[in-house]
Amino acid sequence: MTTTAIEVSDLTAAYKDKPVLWHVDMQAPSGALMAIVGPNGAGKTTLIKAILGLVRPLSGRALIYGKPYPQQRHRVAYVPQRSSVDWDFPTSVLDVVMMGRYGALGWFKRPGSAERRAALDALDKVGMVDFAERQIGQLSGGQQQRVFLARALVQNAEVYLMDEPFQGVDATTERAIVRLLQELRSLGKTVLVVHHDLQTVPEYFDWVMMLNVRSIACGPVSEVFNEQNLRATYGGKIAFLNGNGVGGVQDGYRPALSQPAL
Amino acid sequence: MDIGQLFHNLLFDYTLRTVALGAAVIGIVSGALGAFAVLRRQSLLGDAISHAALPGIVIAFLLTRSREPTIVLLGALAAGWAATLSITAIVRTTRIKDDSALGLVLSVFFGFGLMLLTFAQKLSDARQAGLDKFLFGQAATLLQRDVVTMATVGALALGTTLLFWKEFKLLTFDADYAASLGHPVRALDVLLTTLLVIAIVIGLQTVGVVLMSAMLVAPAAAARQWTNRLETMVGLSGLFGALAGVSGALISSAMEKTPTGPVIVLCISAIVLVSLLFAPARGLVWKRLRNFRNQRRIHTAPLQL
Ligand SMILES: Nc1ncnc2c1ncn2[C@@H]1O[C@H](COP(=O)(O)OP(=O)(O)OP(=O)(O)O)[C@@H](O)[C@H]1O
Ligand SMILES: [Mg+2]
Repeated sequence: MTTTAIEVSDLTAAYKDKPVLWHVDMQAPSGALMAIVGPNGAGKTTLIKAILGLVRPLSGRALIYGKPYPQQRHRVAYVPQRSSVDWDFPTSVLDVVMMGRYGALGWFKRPGSAERRAALDALDKVGMVDFAERQIGQLSGGQQQRVFLARALVQNAEVYLMDEPFQGVDATTERAIVRLLQELRSLGKTVLVVHHDLQTVPEYFDWVMMLNVRSIACGPVSEVFNEQNLRATYGGKIAFLNGNGVGGVQDGYRPALSQPAL
Repeated sequence: MDIGQLFHNLLFDYTLRTVALGAAVIGIVSGALGAFAVLRRQSLLGDAISHAALPGIVIAFLLTRSREPTIVLLGALAAGWAATLSITAIVRTTRIKDDSALGLVLSVFFGFGLMLLTFAQKLSDARQAGLDKFLFGQAATLLQRDVVTMATVGALALGTTLLFWKEFKLLTFDADYAASLGHPVRALDVLLTTLLVIAIVIGLQTVGVVLMSAMLVAPAAAARQWTNRLETMVGLSGLFGALAGVSGALISSAMEKTPTGPVIVLCISAIVLVSLLFAPARGLVWKRLRNFRNQRRIHTAPLQL
């Protein structure tokens, strides 16, 4: 029996008086690479924030390996939506990545050479070492995304929560990031990714959660990622999938497995 | 008065030395903490807090009938805090957005302060206390004692900033991520805002409630032009603030009956202007020049395919 890494049960959350998540249940088994899909405003970001304790739920709870987030935060790394910060902030790429170590450092301690080395290591993994000293505003969107990824990697966590890590990223970088996520999975880590491109879900992920305020479905991609559930999630807005069906994408063109390096 | 004489006075004239030191303290503290305020998009909050301090100052005087700087500063501190709390409460409980809430609190507190001031001016000891000087500031009223108080409080504020440097940096850049790492962001936010209130209150006597927010925003805006590192930006911002403070206070004390606030603000504005135009990389002049050169190169170079 596999253990459950993330368990959300009966979670309801609201901003002011408008409910955004309604009695949501979700389970991610340990070692899963899971996509969260749903239309804009479905509550995907809110769900991740609720798991992290950044949004207080009205009812229900979220557990990480059986315990509430505050007791487990050293096992969890968060990649926020790129647009959530001001990239004109006066700091370098290396500085941002070192922020991933702040939690482990504790009060009053300054990051030193160990943190620096860890940060450079992580930057190397995402192919960004050459940019270490750059001001973060002087990066492209995809490069900024990789900096955020490196910052999460440096936390050395077991559970990764990523909000749209593929947003504004070109095809090559997307492949490289996917490879990185699959590497994390092969190390036994659990990765939750908010994802928008339905076509690539079966190719990239093994688990999927379909969310639209309520939880529509949650399970292995092969079992729950079907037209019926997609319709329930997106309403009539999935016409482009008709004809060759959802699986059609899989049967057709498949990118080479030996992906270009970053 | 020639420059040599001015420097001589600066060292040996009691009033001038006091004024210069006081203004330097104000400039450093408000410049450094203003940098965080600007990066957190809280420039308007600074403005609201400093205007809101006025009723606090007058009430503190009316209650104690003394204009001891510590008492006045405590009054200003309390009012500044009350203003911050009101803004947070309005945003949390109503549908009013934060910029409107700021405007609302600023005008209500400041209007109330002006009313109290008019009332207090009718009392003879109040006129002597020179409460109205708090509107635009009067550096000449600074005593050595006041400067010592300001420097002590300012040093505490800066020390706290250094102590929590890493936390404040992360809070300013990405508060949600800071919270996910387990940082108590609410408490850090309150602490940083309190330091901002302290920076404002220190400057009120010299710069005045009306223009104090310029001492937070302008040095930071100028400093941002010159660097891409937070450490350098905060340091430069303090330096620019001190430079403007000292020169402004000296100029205004050399001229009879000139309120200090406006002169200091003119000085810092000059620094901002120079920075906007001439700072390397970000300066407008260099940008234009680079564009011009690039264009010429593109036009004159043979097309290479
Ligand atoms: N801070 C907030 N205050 C009020 N309402 C909010 C806030 N953040 C989000 N909402 C609302 O909550 C709903 C869910 O938002 P959320 O950001 O979780 O959606 P999402 O699924 O991540 O959307 P997207 O795909 O656009 O990122 C939306 O209707 C949004 O308008
Ligand atoms: Mg979102």
